[in-house]
Amino acid sequence: MRYDDPWYDALASGWGESDGVAAGGPEGASARQERETPAVAAADVYLEVQRSAAFQEVRRRYRRFVIPAGAAFFAWYVAYVVTATTAPGLMARPVAGAVNVAMVAGLGQFLTTFLLTWAYARHARLRRDRAALELRWDTQELTRGVRGGAS
Amino acid sequence: MTGNHQTLALLLFSAFVAVTLAITTWVGRHRRGSAEEFYAGGRLFSPMENGFAIAGDYMSAASFLGISGLIALFGYDGLLYSVGFLVAWLVVLFLVAELVRNCGRFTLADVVAARMRERPVRIAAGTSSVTVSVLYLVAQMVGAGSLVALLLGGTGEAAQSWTVIGVGALMVIYVSLGGMRATTWIQIVKAVLLLGGTVTLTVLVLVRFHGDFDHLLLTAAERSGHGESFLAPGLKYGGDWTARFDFISLGLALVLGTAGLPHILSRFYTVPTARAARRSVVWAIGLIGGFYLMTIVLGFGAAAIVGPDAVRGSNAAGNTAVPLLALDLGGGAGSTGGTVLFAIVAAVAFATILAVVAGITLASSASVAHDLYASLRRRRAKPRSEVAVARTAAVGIGVVAIALGLLARDLNVAFLVGLAFAVAASANLPVLLYSLFWRGFTTRGAVWSVYGGLVPAVLLVVLSPVVSGSPESLFPGVDFQYFPLQNPGLVSIPLGFVAGWLGTVTSAELPDEAKHAETEVRSLTGAGAV
Repeated sequence: MRYDDPWYDALASGWGESDGVAAGGPEGASARQERETPAVAAADVYLEVQRSAAFQEVRRRYRRFVIPAGAAFFAWYVAYVVTATTAPGLMARPVAGAVNVAMVAGLGQFLTTFLLTWAYARHARLRRDRAALELRWDTQELTRGVRGGAS
Repeated sequence: MTGNHQTLALLLFSAFVAVTLAITTWVGRHRRGSAEEFYAGGRLFSPMENGFAIAGDYMSAASFLGISGLIALFGYDGLLYSVGFLVAWLVVLFLVAELVRNCGRFTLADVVAARMRERPVRIAAGTSSVTVSVLYLVAQMVGAGSLVALLLGGTGEAAQSWTVIGVGALMVIYVSLGGMRATTWIQIVKAVLLLGGTVTLTVLVLVRFHGDFDHLLLTAAERSGHGESFLAPGLKYGGDWTARFDFISLGLALVLGTAGLPHILSRFYTVPTARAARRSVVWAIGLIGGFYLMTIVLGFGAAAIVGPDAVRGSNAAGNTAVPLLALDLGGGAGSTGGTVLFAIVAAVAFATILAVVAGITLASSASVAHDLYASLRRRRAKPRSEVAVARTAAVGIGVVAIALGLLARDLNVAFLVGLAFAVAASANLPVLLYSLFWRGFTTRGAVWSVYGGLVPAVLLVVLSPVVSGSPESLFPGVDFQYFPLQNPGLVSIPLGFVAGWLGTVTSAELPDEAKHAETEVRSLTGAGAV
């Protein structure tokens, strides 16, 4: 499953441009200052979206992948560094030919990094991207409505 | 090293400088002078282009020459570095790249300041970003100076000084005239050159051993004089417990520091969406991982073919292992092949340093103009003048880096890089993660976590054996060494996290639910991203 980057469409429809123009206004306002007047209402939009089931599902999917995977690779890396510095004897044990435990563990770190990168990218692409994109447009529609369609 | 090497290397390097200056002028043709263009290159790079640029920003001469040299001298212990440098990218991919792209505009401070009272947070994050950048910059400048001395035989102090000044002047030109767009293209060109050179050498090493990696390892172990223990950890960091803790500290700094490096964070703003940021990190991990795998082959290859004694004889830190290997692979000293390969390696190393310093200068000038200047003199700062400030800041940072680079000329560069990573991990990463993920985080927590990581990290280095109390220190004459480790990460990274937590729980300010909701929604969906 693959779909195009929404940005190029977005540029064509002009919302990204208009944002930039607003930020470059005469008094040098940045995006954050620009929000000040309709801040209250826009803040409600974000709270509302945050409480919505769709957003909570996206967040849950993100966390359920990132927290275990992050904890696992960090523990594996720390274990590797600590073992290499404190137990060189164990690491020197031969496995096959000139290759020893240390070499296998080191190359294992490379391998797990590549695998986790692939798994994360796949998970994000299949499980999060579409839902996040829909939420993005919905949220922007809502905030634009609050601002009175000015942008 | 004969005159032939030098002439050819200088010629190739001049060609690189000419090409990069051409890129800078070409890119600058249609300059409109907007902040978007200067800091983020218009945000229209493709994931593949940005992936190459990230890899170009990250693979410094320290990895190309330094890590292979360490492997050639100490065997397996050098490999520990490459693992740390690569695994760090998982932190960036999982926790930082997409969310930072969605929430920020140009700098790290943008992400944090969106939720907090802006001024103090911007000043804190800006200060720590500039500190990290300057440390990293000085390391690269010093590296450039000693590289010239090593590769071109110009061992005189004048040659080193002029190299530092020349590199500084070039990076200021790239950055202030070309902005992010020129810097990105320079990174891409450099990454292609560096990977091309590395692949060539790796293939030649493997051909020499008929593709038998086992044979390569055994020959390396045999020639090293250490036998089997050359292939296991412990030769460099296996001494007393101080050395071991020092390595664990460095390992932590490497894996957590990457995600806090300002010049890496600013790269995510050059692509249009979070999805593109993710894909550029995937590209970068592939390129960087492949590169570090090849440095392992080059390191053991140098040990097996050149031999650690010859490497050590040329440069005690091992930095010339790869150039010497290239000379041998090309057919030995005096042969045409050897001369050409050696010159190519030397030119690639220069190109590497130039590109990396340009990236860092750009990121730190963004911090100065967008964070520090904009919060200190906000009313007068218009977007157009902000870019003017950034261009001026690039010149100022260039001058500071040149001055410090000349002062620190005799310093070991590896420690400076480790230190930059340690400061980034202690001061930048805690505040970034807290503001992205912690609902209750407050302004005081943010400010405390930046200074609570930055101050201990810098202070511990001042009190470490790096600065005083041992023959290799910066000031060998005096002794105010109270902290045993060279790298402060083991202590200062936890302190940064604790300080942020402490500042938050002790502050009277109620966390702003709505701002947190906004950060969370924006970071995960990309709503309202620029």
